[in-house]
This record gives sequence, C-alpha cells and structure tokens, in this order.
Amino acid sequence: MEVSAKSLEHPQAVVFETVSKSFKKAASAVAALHEVSFSVAPGSITGLIGPDAAGKSTLMRLATGLLVPDSGTITVLGHDAVAEPLQIQTRVGYMPQRFGLYEDLTTQENLDLYADLQGVRPEDRPPRYDELMRMTGLGDFRKRLAGRLSGGMKQKLGLACTLVRYPELLVLDEPTVGVDPLSRRELWNIVYQLVREQQMTVLLSTAYLDEAENCDHIVMLYEGRVLGQGTPADFKKKVEGRTYAARIEGNDSKRSLQEKISRAAGVVDAVIQGDSIRLLTDKTHPQTTFDFEIQPILPRFEDSFIDMLSGLKTDETTAPVPDWSDTIKKKPDLHKPVIHVQNLSRRFGDFYAVKDISFEVYPGEIFGLLGANGAGKSTTFRMLCGLLPVSSGTLYVAGADLRHAAAAARLRIGYMSQKFSLYGDLSVRQNLNFYSSAYGLQGKIQAERIEWALEEFGLHSMADDNSITLPLGFRQRLSMACAVMHHPDILFLDEPTSGVDPLARRHFWSRINTLAEQNVTIMVTTHFMEEAEYCNRLAIMAAGQILTIGTPKEIRLQAADREHPDPTIEQAFIRLIEREESQRRTA
Amino acid sequence: MHIFLHNIRALVTKEFLAVLRDPKSRIVLIVPPIVQLLVFGYAITFDLNRVPLAVYDENPSQASRELIALFTGSPNFHKVASIDRQEQIAELIDRKDALMVVHIGSSFTRDLLLSKPASVQIILDGRNSNTALIALNYAQSIVSRFNDAWRQTHQLAGPPARLETRAWFNPNLESRWFMIPGIAGLLTLVVTMTVTALSVAREREQGTFDQLLMTPLRPVEILLGKTLPGFIIGLIEGTFIFAVTVLWFKIPLRGHLLTLYTGLSLFLLSSVGVGLMISSLSATMQQGLLGAFLFLVPAITLSGFTTPIVNMPVWLQYLTLLNPMRYFMVVIRSTFLEGAAFGSLVHQFWPMGVIGLVCMSAAGWLFRNRLY
Amino acid sequence: MSEPGNQPIGRGGSVMRLRGLIRKEFLQIVRDPSSMAIAFLMPAILLFLFGYGVSLDAKHIPIALIVDDKSEIAENFASELGGSDYFRPQRFLNMAQAQQQMMQGKVQAIVRLREDFSRQIAEGSQAAVQVIVNGIDANYGRLVLGYIQGAWAKWLEHTAQMHGQAIAGPVNIEHRIWFNAEVQSRNYLVPGLIALIMTLIGALLTAMVMAREWERGTLEALLVTPARVGEVLVSKLAAYYLLGVGGMLLSVGMAVFLFGVPLRGSFAVLFAASSLFLLAALGMGLLISTVTRNQFVAGQTAIIVTYLPAFLLSGFIFDIASMPWLVRGITHVVAARYFVAILQTVFLAGDIWSVILPNAAALAAMAAILLFLVRVKSSKRLE
Repeated sequence: MEVSAKSLEHPQAVVFETVSKSFKKAASAVAALHEVSFSVAPGSITGLIGPDAAGKSTLMRLATGLLVPDSGTITVLGHDAVAEPLQIQTRVGYMPQRFGLYEDLTTQENLDLYADLQGVRPEDRPPRYDELMRMTGLGDFRKRLAGRLSGGMKQKLGLACTLVRYPELLVLDEPTVGVDPLSRRELWNIVYQLVREQQMTVLLSTAYLDEAENCDHIVMLYEGRVLGQGTPADFKKKVEGRTYAARIEGNDSKRSLQEKISRAAGVVDAVIQGDSIRLLTDKTHPQTTFDFEIQPILPRFEDSFIDMLSGLKTDETTAPVPDWSDTIKKKPDLHKPVIHVQNLSRRFGDFYAVKDISFEVYPGEIFGLLGANGAGKSTTFRMLCGLLPVSSGTLYVAGADLRHAAAAARLRIGYMSQKFSLYGDLSVRQNLNFYSSAYGLQGKIQAERIEWALEEFGLHSMADDNSITLPLGFRQRLSMACAVMHHPDILFLDEPTSGVDPLARRHFWSRINTLAEQNVTIMVTTHFMEEAEYCNRLAIMAAGQILTIGTPKEIRLQAADREHPDPTIEQAFIRLIEREESQRRTA
Repeated sequence: MHIFLHNIRALVTKEFLAVLRDPKSRIVLIVPPIVQLLVFGYAITFDLNRVPLAVYDENPSQASRELIALFTGSPNFHKVASIDRQEQIAELIDRKDALMVVHIGSSFTRDLLLSKPASVQIILDGRNSNTALIALNYAQSIVSRFNDAWRQTHQLAGPPARLETRAWFNPNLESRWFMIPGIAGLLTLVVTMTVTALSVAREREQGTFDQLLMTPLRPVEILLGKTLPGFIIGLIEGTFIFAVTVLWFKIPLRGHLLTLYTGLSLFLLSSVGVGLMISSLSATMQQGLLGAFLFLVPAITLSGFTTPIVNMPVWLQYLTLLNPMRYFMVVIRSTFLEGAAFGSLVHQFWPMGVIGLVCMSAAGWLFRNRLY
Repeated sequence: MSEPGNQPIGRGGSVMRLRGLIRKEFLQIVRDPSSMAIAFLMPAILLFLFGYGVSLDAKHIPIALIVDDKSEIAENFASELGGSDYFRPQRFLNMAQAQQQMMQGKVQAIVRLREDFSRQIAEGSQAAVQVIVNGIDANYGRLVLGYIQGAWAKWLEHTAQMHGQAIAGPVNIEHRIWFNAEVQSRNYLVPGLIALIMTLIGALLTAMVMAREWERGTLEALLVTPARVGEVLVSKLAAYYLLGVGGMLLSVGMAVFLFGVPLRGSFAVLFAASSLFLLAALGMGLLISTVTRNQFVAGQTAIIVTYLPAFLLSGFIFDIASMPWLVRGITHVVAARYFVAILQTVFLAGDIWSVILPNAAALAAMAAILLFLVRVKSSKRLE
C-alpha cells in the first residue's frame, strides 16, 4: 500500500519540536503555546486533551500550516509546516471547530465542491459518495441545503467533506461538539474504520473524555504547555486504587449526597454514576475512611484528567455559592407546574418539527430534554421562550404564554441558546453590563453581580477581550453568566455544556444544583448523558415526539433487558432511540 | 419611567459599542463623510470653468480679435488651440481636446461692417449634452456683450425692448449654493441608512436577536435603542456638514436653525425608520446592506438632488412623494437660501414624520413576526 | 492505494478545483436573492429611472406671467411664450401673488410686462421686460433663463419681420451640437449609468463575498485543501465577471433597444472596455474585502470609495474639467472616470481610438495594480 510505504519513509506523521506561539493582544503578547514537543505515530489516533483555552486549536492550525510558529519546528508528513504548507495541505484533511460548510449549498453540492478541490476523479466519485452517505446516514438529505441540517448532521457532513479523498492525516478539532450520542458513536465508527482499513493517522481534540479513552496516545495540554503524554492506560495508572463507588442509600437525594461527598476531606472528585456516586480520593488519603460505604472500582481516563488539573486550576474552585434568597420572594407552590405544555405542535410546511407533545415541570425541578440532533428539542425550547409561534396546542410558562405576555414576565426567565448568541464585538464585561441592564439591574447590585459572574465563571483574566475571541468553553460560560445574573425563577439551558471541559462542567452542574435547591426551575438539554443523571426527570424526544418521560432510574430500567441488566443512561438512551427507529421502520 | 430610561441607556450604549468598538468601523463612519463633503463640495457643480476652447478664425481682423478676446478673457473658457483648417475641428472635438470650437467665417468682418447680420459658428461636443448647453449659454452671453459694445461704438439702434433679468436667492446662479446643502442630505442619508440597515440584520445573522427578545425589554425599547444611535450619528454628521457649509463654503444660512433642525430630525427619523424596516426584513447582513442600497440609489436619484423633480414625468413625480429625501432637499435648500419660515415648510415636515412612524411600526412588528 | 477515489488528479487538478469553486460561487449567487437583485433588478430600476424619468432637459416649465399692459403687442409676446413647448405660463394680476407662487416653488420664473411696455416700444426707447428666475437650483435657473431668452429672441425676430426690418444683433450664433443633435440628456445619462451599474456588481457585491467567507468561517476549511489562494480568487473573479457581463448586456440592450440611445461605435470595443473596467472594479471589491474581513466595514467602504465616486467624480453628470485641480487629481484614481469617457464616446461618437486607447490603458493599469495588491494581501495563513 502506498500510504504505509510512505509512512515508513518518515517514521513519525507529525513532529512538534519546542514550538512556541503567541498572539498579540492590545499591547502585550499572550502565549498560546509554550515549547510544545510531541510526535504522532503513523496509523495511530492521538488525542489532544486539555481544559478550555489550553491551546488545542492553535496547535492544530499550526500543524495544518494556517499559522506560523514563533519558534520551534513542525514537521507534518515529512514536510516543514512553515516552508511547505501547500504540500501538507494536499495530504491532510482538516475539520475546524466551526466547519465551513456553505449553508446555501446542498449536501451534495458541498460534497462536489470538496471532491473538486481534492481532485477526486469523476469516475471515482459515485462509489465514494455512496460509502460516505452510508457511513454518515445522510443519504436521504442529499438535496437539502446544508443550512437546514441539524447540528449533528452538519458535523457529519463536515467530516464527509473532509473525507471525500482519504487523507493521510486527519486533523479533527472537537468534531463532536453538540453531536448527540448516537451520531457521535457513528462518527467515531467512521474514524476507527478509516484508521483500521486505511492506516490513516488521526490527530484530534475533544471535550468528551470517554472519546479520549479510545486514543492510542494522549497529549495533555494545559495553558499552552504539555502536562503529560502517554497511552490512556499510563494516565489511568496514576490514579489506580483511588477510585471508588458509594452506593446511594435511603431517602438521600443523589444530588445532595454527591454535594456532601465532594466536600468531604480527601475527595478530589465526586460525580453521579447511575445509582451510585463515583469518587476519586486524594493521593495522600488513599485509605481514608469515610462515613459512607465505598467500593473500589476501575479508574477511567477522566479520573486522571481531573486529578491532574484540580490542583492546577485555581481560578474557579473557590467560587462562592450564590445566594438567591432575595429573588425567590415567596415560596412557590411546589405542586403547581411552572411549565405546562399540552398537545404542542410545530409545523414547517409539511414537516412536523414537534408533534403533539405534552409535559409539565414543577418548581425546583431539573427537567432534562434529551434526543438526537433534529429531534425537536431546540424547536420546543424556542416555542416555550416565545421566539417561535406554535402551530397548535397550548403552553404556559410561569402562568403566561411568553409570546404574548408582558415584557415583565420575561424578567423571571433566563435563556441560554444553543448557538453562541452574545455580542461578539463587545468585551466580556460589556456583555455582562448590557445583559444585566437589560434585566433591570442597576447601581450597586449590578456591579456586585457582574463581579460575582466574573469570579464565579473564571472570566476575570479575559474580561476585556472581545467575546468572539474566547475559546468555545469560555463563550459557554459567558452565555451562562448572562442568563443567570438576574436570578431568574426559570432557566432554559440549551446545551449549556457543549464544548466545555469536564472540570468546568462539574462547576456548572454544582451551580445548577444549588439553584434548584432554591426552587429555581431548570429546563436543560444536553448531549452528555452522564449529565442527565443530575436531572430529576427526563423526556426523551425522537422525530418531534416524546418517547418517554421519567426519572433517570425509570428510564434506565425501561431499557434494561437480560443482556444489559444495569445499562448506563447513555446505553439506555441509545437503546430507546434504536428501538423506536426499528419500530418506525417496520410500521 | 426610570426603568424605561435605564433600559434605553443600556441599549444605546450597546449599539454604540457594537458600531464604534472596532477601530475600522469607527474610521469608516467618521473620516469618509468629512473627505467626501470637501471633495464633493468642490466637485459637484454644474458651473463650468476652463472649458477647453479652440478658435478657428478664417479672416482675422480687429472685430474678430475683439470677439475672441472676450472668450479667452472669460474664466469660463480656456483656449487650448488656434486652428486654421476645417478638418482640425473634428480632430480636436473627437479627441476631447476641445469641448467647443468658435468658428469665425471669412465673411464675418465684412458682414459686420456692412451692418448685415454676421454669424459665428459654435461647435460643441454633445457627449454630455448638459455641459454642452451650459457652455453654449456662456457663449451666448459673451456674444451679446460683444453686440452691446459694438452697437454703442457704432451708434446702432438696439432692439425695441430688452430683458431685465434677475435671479432670486442666488444672484450669481452659482450651482455650488444649490449642491452643497444637498450633499448634507445625501451624506446623512447614506450614513444613517447603512448604520441602521445592518443593525437588526447583524443581530439576526449572529443569533443575538433571539437573546435580546428573551430579555424583558419591550419592542418599543428595542426600537428606540436601535433608532437613537443612527439618529445621533446623523445629527452629529449633519451638524458638522452644516458648519462646513456655512464656515468653509460661505453659503449663507438665511433661515432659522430651529427650522433646519426640525427638518433634519424628521429626515433622520424617516431614514432610520426605512433602514430599520429593511434590516428587520433581512436575514443576513448582506441582504440588509444590499436592501439598503436598493432603496438608497433610487432615493438619491428621485430626490431632486441633481435633477429637478418637475422635469420628471408625472407618474414618477407621484412616486417621489414616498421618498423622504425629496422633502429634506426642499427644507434644507429653502432654509439655507430662501430663509423660508417654519410655517411655510409644514407640508415638507409632516410627510417625513409619517414615513418615519409607519416604517418604525413595521420594523417593530417585524421584530417578532418575521416569517421563519 | 487500491481504494477508489484516493488518487488525486495530477495535471487536471487545477482546472477541476477552479470549476468546483466557480460552480460554488454561482450557486451562492443564484440562491441569494439580494445578489440577484443587485445584478439585475437594480440595473433595470436605474435604467428606467434615468431613461424615462430623470432628465436634465426641461419642458413645460411653470412660469408666472404678469401683463400689466393691455396692448396688442404685449399680448403678442404673451402668446409667443404660451406657444412654446418649454413653458406653461400662468397669468397673475399682480407681483405679490406671483412672488408667493415662486416662494412655494410652484413657478420657476416670473415674466412681467409693465403698463408702459407698448408705449416705450412705440417711442423707441428700449422697453424693459422684467424676468425673475428662482436661483435656488442654479443650473435649472440658468436653463430657464436661457429658454426665456430664446423665446424672447424669436419674438423679436417675428416682430422685426412684421415690420420688414432686420433686427438680429450685429453678431448671431449659429450653433451645432455634435453627437447629440437633439440634445437629449438621456443619450449621455444612460451610457454613463452602465459604469455605475457595473461598479455596483463588481465592487459592492464582491466586497461582501470575501468578508463573508472570513466571518462565517468557511475559509478555514477551504484553506486546508489543495486549493491555491490564486484559485479561490480567480473563481470569485470569474463568477462575478460573468455576472457583471450579464448586467452589462442587460444595460446595453435596454439602452439601445428600449431608449433608442445610438450605439455608433462597435460592440466589440464596448465589450472589451467593459471587461477591463469590470476587472478593475472586481479588484477593488476583492481588495476591500480581503483587507477588512468584515462585512459591515467592507460594505460601507465599498459604497464610499467606489459607488459615490463613480456617481459624482466620474464625469457621468458633472464635468471633470471644471473641478478644482486637487479634485481633478483625485478623479484620476476613480476607474469609472475612464470608463465613462469610453462609454460616452463609443455610444455617441463612435470608435475614436484617440479617446479609447489612453482610457483603456488607464483601466488596464488600474486593474493590474488592484489585482496584484489583492494577490499580495491574501495568503493561506489565518493571521
């Protein structure tokens, strides 16, 4: 095979040698990468893992010749990235975080464009297209404009465009942000298959640490430096014997137990996992006894990630718990629903984006909406928020239909949309200023809240940066900050943690928990299935309809069978969706 | 009321930041209008200077030299050539070396001395027929000056009657007086339209508009927040242009400032209204900008800025009634040059106000109800 | 590698890439209603406005006429004015009324014959006809004045002929206006408009497209393909060049067949000159786009540095030679100026090489410089 023969000529596919890169910002230069060295073996999958703003995207742009390093050398497929970028660009496939699909071109036209650009012979195209369509499941959408595809489909189409000619090196920058678990699994199957069959080399970055687990080699980046590298097993070895599961007993709610455990001395990390709490202990307290029962379990890569970073990241670990007692004036009637949806439908032409759904959400509940991309979650959100007129059915949020309600009704709502939707040309502080004013905050309170938001979300160091220049994870934090500063009673969060690193996600959820305890109602969508465990109740949507509603446990039980008596919520989700799809196909 | 003002202030601050934070867009808003006012102020005039002139005198004599001297002495003409062959006329004019050729025939002096009507042939390049007509006009008045002088020295009787002409408001008929106040309207329209036409479209393209609609801000407040920046920028630019008009170009401001600013405010209201309506209809910035352009070009053409509205066919004159710039052109010119009273311009004021309010209401409605 | 489709095409690659990119540009143009509107709707609107509506020639000018003298000779003059196509006289009894009408803009001039008009003529002392024009629009005022003088001269001639005397002044002007004998402003406005329309398509549309790719992030993925920057640029040039040619054909067709503007030169020359101008306009648009990388700034800049100068500084309406030297200097960097000169010559005068060649050379030079700058300013790096 030609590729493997070539690969033998240069033993490493990518070599970074003491590469540094800084960006000019105002007067000072900010270092994005500092003396980074690593290499990628041909035919392997290398994962770049690190918290938000670690320099992952910069590194990939350097590798593809889009940026020039300040010092150090970069060799990609035997070519110097500075001297011969075009040689590299003809042989790599690169999928940036925001893949540049032309939204006014159809799926097929986008593919044709990239086939032309990559020089794929016309006679070779039909089989390749068929293969890509089969892999991505986009076959039915060839004539649809790319702008009309759902987020997950866009990502898959982006990958398909990158793969019209199999590159020798595939560079993927967070390819699965905002992609549902089902599509995510399909996407990875494509990549694994390519590595297996084509001996393709893959360099990727991701915020999903279970994806990192499947890499051959991991480079951990933190603030532009390499913190460590090795196989996932190497990383896991470091936390061996320090991971346990604590079973949830009695009436203790798992969220409060998780809070309690995470504050216990000697505990580095505690997360909900199914019916138990997973915890990681401190190096110095490997044998500590706790006042709850624990059982040792196998470590995951995520444990070592948290272990390595929790000591380093100081900017947000000590954030004060917000006290919202001032806004929740009177204790709400916990049995009266705050969100009431009855037979709600939304039609676009002949197509039902949402079809006849009904549910209720009670005060202080965290209600999760799960579903594949394009299942109708965002459409439901937009209708609830009054941004989209309903086709039929009724809905009340806090006793009103927000589309026609007085503006004051919206004072009780906080909304965070899926797509980053703050003012990109305004700085972080100016955005906070504007949104707090828009929600009627002023004077001393306003100043306090802005200060709180900067502190709580670790945004101090970038307060004067234009928000569009922030790394993805930080943009999400800013959006969240803007949505909660006015202490709403009801929070709508549409994929709040997409692209956010695991550490920040934990803080996110800890905040959400605290709010729920203060009877704030939270409606949330997410593609991180382990986050679904934090919800009181879940609704799973598919093709515009609700498949099932229930507590995480109920949903897990629904999916259990002889083969998988105790499925994780992710397995349950995938099982339920697949079951539905096969039913629909037979029907 | 207090919270209303607080909201408006927050919105206006945000809008200004969005427009002015980027140094490039700051420059684009501030520098070009100044440069353009100065450049266009000197460039846009129908008055001709130094019209390139060629003289073909077949039979030079005292009389013909006197006539030619009147031409070459005029600041409007500039002699570029003397020719002595018929064919050269075409050469000069074709090449655009001369716009006008004065051809004095061989019988000119004889006819003149015999008191027979002597004729001078004037050949003009009609590729820009307006320029040609103006040049011909200049030539006519030079010839009539020659005639007057000739009659006096030769004691000939004049025609039985004469015209006693006067031009009101602009005694020397300088077209700069007419054009520069017009530029004030043109530039303020262009700037306010482009600022407002992109304001909603940009938020829609970037997704911030939904976020904005989710806040307790009322459509009226959002509308005001979007209106004021364009309005204020227009007001500042308008004021600057007025100042330059009076202080630099020395064009008299005969009317009252109150009248002028009432007109400017209503004009800004209407142009911001149109801009916002276009913007609310657009899904992307490109659509917003091109939409603004689709309005701007006919609006300038049909405003009476360069060509009088009364010259247009009647159906088109009715169409101009929808054009806010048309009313402002009247207001600004009559305030500057005629010193028109406030009351006499009421019929120019109210249509601008109506256009502004209708467009704003439409824009406010479209905020939430644009088709998806 | 055995896998189908993985063998890159060698020599044909560039052609294939270009084809793909150009097709993409076309699809984007066709799917965006606003660019189609600018390319085809806008020219049609402009041509209609200038072809049918806007005109610098006046007809039926409303004037106020006050005849205080009841004699036959005065009536005779009044009917001379009324009989002319140029005027629509309205009678007023006194000056105050007429002045009021003029203040309101309802009449453009006042012509007054005093009571002693016929008496003075009879006495041989020169009788005075009072003419007041509204000078606000100086150009129009002068035009009105010229028409009144013309009508006046005609009347004098008629009167003289009736009395059997030659009255014309010692010197009379015989004028000939070449190339546009009927003196129709449409004949020069419509060709000049083509420069304006092509500026819109060439500069304004392209100014937005490159900036849009930067803003939407579509360029980043495009850059990491074998496509060369040159190919990306050429594809945009080609697509918008063709769009511009479409606009040009539409404009020329409407000018010649709808408005009857004579095309005395050859179409080939017109086409070649238009192509050169389009290249310069496209270069300008792409340069703005590449430098600003921001649609708002690019759009504003395009209007300010291309459209308004093409309208006001190109000689389309206003005479360049009459501008002060500094402004005249500026017009030399306005590409439209050279194109307008060629357009007016080719349409009205014919293929006059002494006009066409130097102007075409200037256009070619501008196109070359601008495209060179675009190429230098674009790179495959993000910074």
